[in-house]
Amino acid sequence: MMNKNQKTAMLQAAGAAGEIEGRSLWRDARIRLFRNKAAVGSMIILAIITLMAIFAPLLSPFEYDQIDWGYIQEGPNWENGHILGTDGNGRDIFIRILYGARVSLAVGLLATAVSLVIGVTYGAVAGYFGGRIDNIMMRFVDVLYSLPFMFFVIMLMVVFGRNIFLIFVALGAVEWLTMARIVRGQTLSIRRREFIEAAHATGVSNFKIIFRHVIPNVLGPVIVYMTLTIPQVILTESFLSFLGLGVQEPLTSWGVLISEGAKVIEAATWMLIYPAIFLALTLFCFNFIGDGLRDALDPKDR
Amino acid sequence: MLSYAIRRLMIAIPTLFIVITVAFFMMRIAPGGPFDQERALPPEIEKNIKAAYDLDKPLLEQYTIYIGKILRGDFGPSIKIRDFSVAELIMAGAPASMQLGLSAIFLALIFGVGFGTYAALRQNSAVDFAVMGVAMVGIAIPNFVMAPLLSLVFGLYLSILPTAGWGDGEIQYKILPIIALALPQVAYIARLTRGSMVEVLHSNYIRTARAKGLREKLVVNRHAIRGALLPVVSYLGPATAAVMTGSVVIETIFGVPGIGTYFVKAALNRDYPLVMGVVIVYAVMIILLNFLVDMVYGLLDPKLKSRS
Repeated sequence: MMNKNQKTAMLQAAGAAGEIEGRSLWRDARIRLFRNKAAVGSMIILAIITLMAIFAPLLSPFEYDQIDWGYIQEGPNWENGHILGTDGNGRDIFIRILYGARVSLAVGLLATAVSLVIGVTYGAVAGYFGGRIDNIMMRFVDVLYSLPFMFFVIMLMVVFGRNIFLIFVALGAVEWLTMARIVRGQTLSIRRREFIEAAHATGVSNFKIIFRHVIPNVLGPVIVYMTLTIPQVILTESFLSFLGLGVQEPLTSWGVLISEGAKVIEAATWMLIYPAIFLALTLFCFNFIGDGLRDALDPKDR
Repeated sequence: MLSYAIRRLMIAIPTLFIVITVAFFMMRIAPGGPFDQERALPPEIEKNIKAAYDLDKPLLEQYTIYIGKILRGDFGPSIKIRDFSVAELIMAGAPASMQLGLSAIFLALIFGVGFGTYAALRQNSAVDFAVMGVAMVGIAIPNFVMAPLLSLVFGLYLSILPTAGWGDGEIQYKILPIIALALPQVAYIARLTRGSMVEVLHSNYIRTARAKGLREKLVVNRHAIRGALLPVVSYLGPATAAVMTGSVVIETIFGVPGIGTYFVKAALNRDYPLVMGVVIVYAVMIILLNFLVDMVYGLLDPKLKSRS
């Protein structure tokens, strides 16, 4: 067996020798994606927001829980350093939005990861085995689909307290259903293909076939749906925080900031507007990237 | 068709049962109870109160008693809102919640399908991009942001509508909550309709319809819309669930006396019967609408019709 470096070296040599380099499906998709201006712009904006969240302490002279007694609930002012104003406790809104971004983005990514693991495995298993097993597994998904899930998440939060780890798990556990359906449909369409049969014939175990051959081949739609799940989860987390069931003081998330802002909207519009802009912008960008990815990976109807 | 309907109903009943069971045990397993107070009650009084609500019995027995009562239509008394039974509270709150929810879904359907079709028929034009851009904004701005903004603009700055409250249920109190509930769904349905409409308009049967010389209006209204509506119809189930959960927040923001406002409060107070009552009402609504949606889907989709 050659290792990867040798292979690429060989490929490069072949390319240099004037042979036509093959273009993989993924490379094609990447080229199409980078031609999509809305998607590229969204990626840049998201990258900026993420970097701001990571380097938050360096970007503001204030701490996220520091109380500035001189400026209680004052509007944006460049001179005193509170560029987006302060809240009712005299804390700087800008730095709180950045710390909120940390929580919101982390919840979005981790909960989506949880939903990805459950949904992809479940869907691939159901689709691969088919027949009876598939029928039972998908009926179960149908039943779960028609449950008022948000109510269970709300109850879960109430029951077990506002644990941030629990938020990831609960949201991930809610969001995997559609993922499972998508993966199952895709798996059904490839399970009779030759390469799966070949793997069978050479004695590869079912478990290995699913993880080595089935899942990598259904990744396209999974990635698209993943990008659309992230904003969904961020929105749900904000919703919970808005109800007062999310993260706890002095930590904050965009939902918490928005809910605080909504309470004093008549006196301090900036407390609602700025966190809302960050939230909406992020959701906007994820949706655009998802659309761009869909067009890039599945170019048939454009 | 009938066997299909029966099959769906067979799924609906166990689903409702699962909802009740999960909700019941989740509330009871939670630490804390409805009678936790700063000052502990004398043990014998606490014992009597608990006995009155069957809370002194083993969990499984409580469960069977509860299921038995539910089957007889008895939701029990509220623990925290004294002198009211859960049924009375729900009866008082349900009309407002249902009005908001159903009007929001209705509006979302009409405007969503309208805008979506309009954009699809002018694919890749400036109008198309404008409508889809606005729809994207509608999806990205959650209703709990939209609601205070609406109330600020229409209630305070323009002062043409009340900022919050319910009055005696006059129409002007309902407009803003309904709009806030409907907007994200309008946006979502518009996007969905546009996508499927564009796909349908490129399909063979539409080409056939055009080829045989049908007027464009007939092609769209009679042939295309039927196919394009399928994904929208199947989205109505999740949409209902979204509107119902959304109404928990919207009712709180606008001070609407609906059942959504009870839910969070009751869960925090461990008012077991009230939480259960609200969950059951919502679950029944969602399951019922899902059932209706499945039926409509069966009528619209020729593939399903021929199979059964």
